[in-house]
Amino acid sequence: MKKFTVLSLILLLAMTAFVGCGGSGSDEDTIRIGVFEPASGDNGAGGKQEVLGMQYANSIQPTVEIGDKEYNVELVIVDNESDNSKAVTAAQNLVSKDVSIVLGSYGSGVSIAAADTFSEAGMPAIGVSCTNPQVTADCDEYFRICFLDPFQGTVLANYAYENGMRKAYCLSKLGDDYSVGLVNYFVEAFKNLGGEVVQEQFPDKNSDFTSYVANAKKAGCDVFFSPVSTEAAALIIDQAEAQALGMPILAGDTWDSNVITGAAKGKNVEVVVTTFYQEGGNPEFDKGIKAWMEEDSDAITNNGGNTDLAAVTALGHDAYFVALEAFKAAGSKDPADVLKALPSLKVTGLVCGDVSFNKTGDANKSEAFVKRCDTTTGTWEFVKKQSAN
Amino acid sequence: MGFLHTWLPYILAGIAVGGQYALIAIGYTMVYGILRLINFAHGDIFMWSGLIMVYLITTLPLWVSIVLVILFAIILGTTIEKIAYRPLRTAPRMSIMISAIGVSYLLQNFALYITGGLTKTYPAIALLQRAVSIGPATTKMVTIITPFLTILLVFLLVMLIQHTKIGMAMRAVSRDFETSSLMGIDINRVITVTFVIGCGLAAIGSVLFFSNYTGINPMSGAMPGLKAFVAAVFGGIGSVPGAVLGAFVIGIAENIVKGTGWTTFSDAFTFVLLIIILMVKPTGLFGEKDIDKV
Amino acid sequence: MKIQLNNKIKAALTTISIALFLILVFVGDNVISSGSSWRMLITVIEKGSIFALVAASMNLLNGFTGLFSLGQAGFMLMGAYTYAIFTIPSASHDAVYQYFGGGIIKWSIVEVLESKIGVVGHYLGLFIPIIFAGILVAIVAYLIGIPVLRLKSDYLAIATLGFAEILRAFFQWNTLGPVTNGSNVLRKYTTYHSAIFPVVIAGICITIILLLLNSTYGRAFKAIRDDEIAAEAMGINLFKHKELSFVISSFFAGISGSLLAMFQSTISATPFTTQMTYEILLIVVIGGIGSISGSIIGAFLFIACSEWWLRGLDSGSWLGISSDLMRSGFRKVIFAIMIMLVVLFYSKGIMGDKEFSWNRFVNWWLTRPQAIKNWPNKLKSKLVSKKKARMAKSDAKARLKQEKADSDYKKASGTPLFTPLPISDQVIVFDKEGK
Repeated sequence: MKKFTVLSLILLLAMTAFVGCGGSGSDEDTIRIGVFEPASGDNGAGGKQEVLGMQYANSIQPTVEIGDKEYNVELVIVDNESDNSKAVTAAQNLVSKDVSIVLGSYGSGVSIAAADTFSEAGMPAIGVSCTNPQVTADCDEYFRICFLDPFQGTVLANYAYENGMRKAYCLSKLGDDYSVGLVNYFVEAFKNLGGEVVQEQFPDKNSDFTSYVANAKKAGCDVFFSPVSTEAAALIIDQAEAQALGMPILAGDTWDSNVITGAAKGKNVEVVVTTFYQEGGNPEFDKGIKAWMEEDSDAITNNGGNTDLAAVTALGHDAYFVALEAFKAAGSKDPADVLKALPSLKVTGLVCGDVSFNKTGDANKSEAFVKRCDTTTGTWEFVKKQSAN
Repeated sequence: MGFLHTWLPYILAGIAVGGQYALIAIGYTMVYGILRLINFAHGDIFMWSGLIMVYLITTLPLWVSIVLVILFAIILGTTIEKIAYRPLRTAPRMSIMISAIGVSYLLQNFALYITGGLTKTYPAIALLQRAVSIGPATTKMVTIITPFLTILLVFLLVMLIQHTKIGMAMRAVSRDFETSSLMGIDINRVITVTFVIGCGLAAIGSVLFFSNYTGINPMSGAMPGLKAFVAAVFGGIGSVPGAVLGAFVIGIAENIVKGTGWTTFSDAFTFVLLIIILMVKPTGLFGEKDIDKV
Repeated sequence: MKIQLNNKIKAALTTISIALFLILVFVGDNVISSGSSWRMLITVIEKGSIFALVAASMNLLNGFTGLFSLGQAGFMLMGAYTYAIFTIPSASHDAVYQYFGGGIIKWSIVEVLESKIGVVGHYLGLFIPIIFAGILVAIVAYLIGIPVLRLKSDYLAIATLGFAEILRAFFQWNTLGPVTNGSNVLRKYTTYHSAIFPVVIAGICITIILLLLNSTYGRAFKAIRDDEIAAEAMGINLFKHKELSFVISSFFAGISGSLLAMFQSTISATPFTTQMTYEILLIVVIGGIGSISGSIIGAFLFIACSEWWLRGLDSGSWLGISSDLMRSGFRKVIFAIMIMLVVLFYSKGIMGDKEFSWNRFVNWWLTRPQAIKNWPNKLKSKLVSKKKARMAKSDAKARLKQEKADSDYKKASGTPLFTPLPISDQVIVFDKEGK
């Protein structure tokens, strides 16, 4: 009989939960923006930084005027756990919360996984820093405001080749669409230039990079290309120092984070990354967001303990304003109208440059920032703007 | 010389990680020897010791923190035993294993909550982190210290098991649970001591392991835990020297596998080894014949 | 007054409730708009039925045959991949296998059948790859079973767990890229269009499992679970039956894997970890080891809690309660604690080892008013008995203390007592290593 009591208790709980769910109907003058970002897992740190940009943007512009009516903007944040299998239900959860547009995600894999869900629901989505081409390739609902991996891979390959590197060791993570994709495009471009590559992959949950660093040394490479998650990055930098790697480490946009500068500080390593934004590019934004973070200890924690800006935070900020512009252009908060308005949208005055979309829904961007980590101060120093040609 | 030149970094890394697996494996093998239970939560206790260190070091000096971390692991381990394993001691074998899996799930999720899902960086311990060169290879000091420390600890442990009263009681209990309790051995005390030793060593292992691979996230205990368990099976479960030997074999083999380019299979390889051992010699290298006692 | 329903009524009730459930799913799927918060109900039903199937298949092995296997995630992975690989439309191959020159399989079963027999082929094209996936997984399970099933209890568990991890690495292997797309996601394959599809497929499979359990084979499985030696003595071929159970369980795990692939619309090997197997095992435990209906209830509860009901715990307010403690990850902590409570205090799970029966169901509801009325008395008597037990315990403690004090006194005054043999003497008898 005991188990029946338990069962009925659980059922009761379920009922109340139903009521709780049913209660959250939509308000007339609120417009909801869904935030589809990882808060845990491999990309948790980056996802949180990206959300910070959106929250900051929301704090300076909490309302939007559509037609003659003023709406309050509310961010609905759902954690996709950096996990492709959790991403689908997280996306469904978001869609069921009656949002008008979705922003995110940080990693490419979760966005690819969720694309179909958004597609089925007719929900417009704006990718913030997911650079893999597959995100928007076959999905009419997915747009994005950053550059793509074929572009980024070429930029990185050009940079490496121009600086006299001829043999590259490329490390990606098994099952991570972002790193596998970027390495692939880098290899393609690098081989076209006449370079040579050694490619390896490490499995999930690996924290021992000793052998990979040793492999790169054994193969006599000139550059260590590993555009992996920041979690792995910190471990790689650590091992590179321990084994005296003796070659620069090159990576993509994920590495533009204070996790990396923190890990590299005081170590004898050279880290070069390509990214979307360089701190100081828009002093007003820098100042504003730093002041905002300092007021909120949670924000500082989410940013990794200090107020150093990551490019994804700036992109998150931009994504929020692109969404607002989309609402204005659509003149409605209905996802279907927003979707119609997006392709012809042009947004200016953003932190990371103007945004307009091409046919597949990708932003037209032609330049990336190259940065090097200054290991004595633990900050990024700007090297140059590099384009694909 | 050319061979050594190429492979020394891998072998060094293998020995270091092997020593760290060994310290975890001892906990598995002792608990299994006595309770016939795969303590799935052991890897997570290891992870938690690392995590606690991250938080303690912010306010306390290093040596105090290390002592507290070991204490914490011991308390956590014995508490888990008391709450989750002891009430189920008479229940079917499967229930207690499920309980272990449940505890592991809880520990991981709690760590996920505390850390917010982010990887924490292990504090740098200057002594262990210092770079040293051995011939052609450069590595961290911890790589050199680990095998010696491991062997010292194992030696002490073997002495304890062979030459003290509690060690004798442990051997008796692992031979025959019920009879030894009839002979007046306080079973609960023996089990508690087993957990104390196992968790203490895991905590020391965590200091060494995370000094070498400095990122801790809620899942970082899972893989080392499984590998350490495989090491325990490899050496013959219930046997301490066997577990240590198994751990070194697995550590070195794993790194050589990575060095030869089969990186995709670096984790799976451990399991291939496990299955071969189970097929060919299910009792492991030093195991006793009669393993299916219960 | 116990009510005994006759078989006709029971059958009618079963049919009606299944029909009602299907209608609910069908109507819900078509009526509930995607923006409604009730949409999650359909999602939970879809995912829940997929996990109900895999939990039932695991229960067949663990609960009914007594084989502690932890390989379920590996078999699901294989089922998912097999399904996905053979149903990617040829037009999408270049996009999916972008790093592998479009892959080597240039056709999809769905398309081939569609071109031959039209619309019927399309639907047939959904079923055939599912069955095919199941069969392929079953064959692999057969091969794995030959060596593995000789092992006992936890050794079997750890070996199957190892095989699952090996399978995962195998499917991520770049050399197999033209078939499996390496470690990258497979997508664009054909999926179902209605939530009723996974429910029906899972329902059929679970019915088959139930029928199997009620056959001679099922009774042989249970005999093996209860006592291997006795079962063998009664003429049951142990290995053959274990292998059969293992293969059938894997077959259904493969099918549920292919359903999961359809549900997710993209699939990669990464999430099929040991953790996933643990989750399935926990579903089985919550439902009750040895009860298929328990597994079904457990699966729906587990999925609903983790994907829907408890999500509010992550975002700051839940059921009107809000607290600073509720931040990302809190849901999982609460959930894990709930599971531990079930494991420790209700180790039989929701259903124990009994199946759902209308008789019990009806009688339970009928006895509720009486039970609620009696509840205070029951509670009181329970409290009284607890108090008695406590007092007895403290009495015993006091007595022990007294005795000890007495004996100490006697010892001190030199009276010889019964002395047990020293422990060391006893141990040496058993100590083989000591020689």
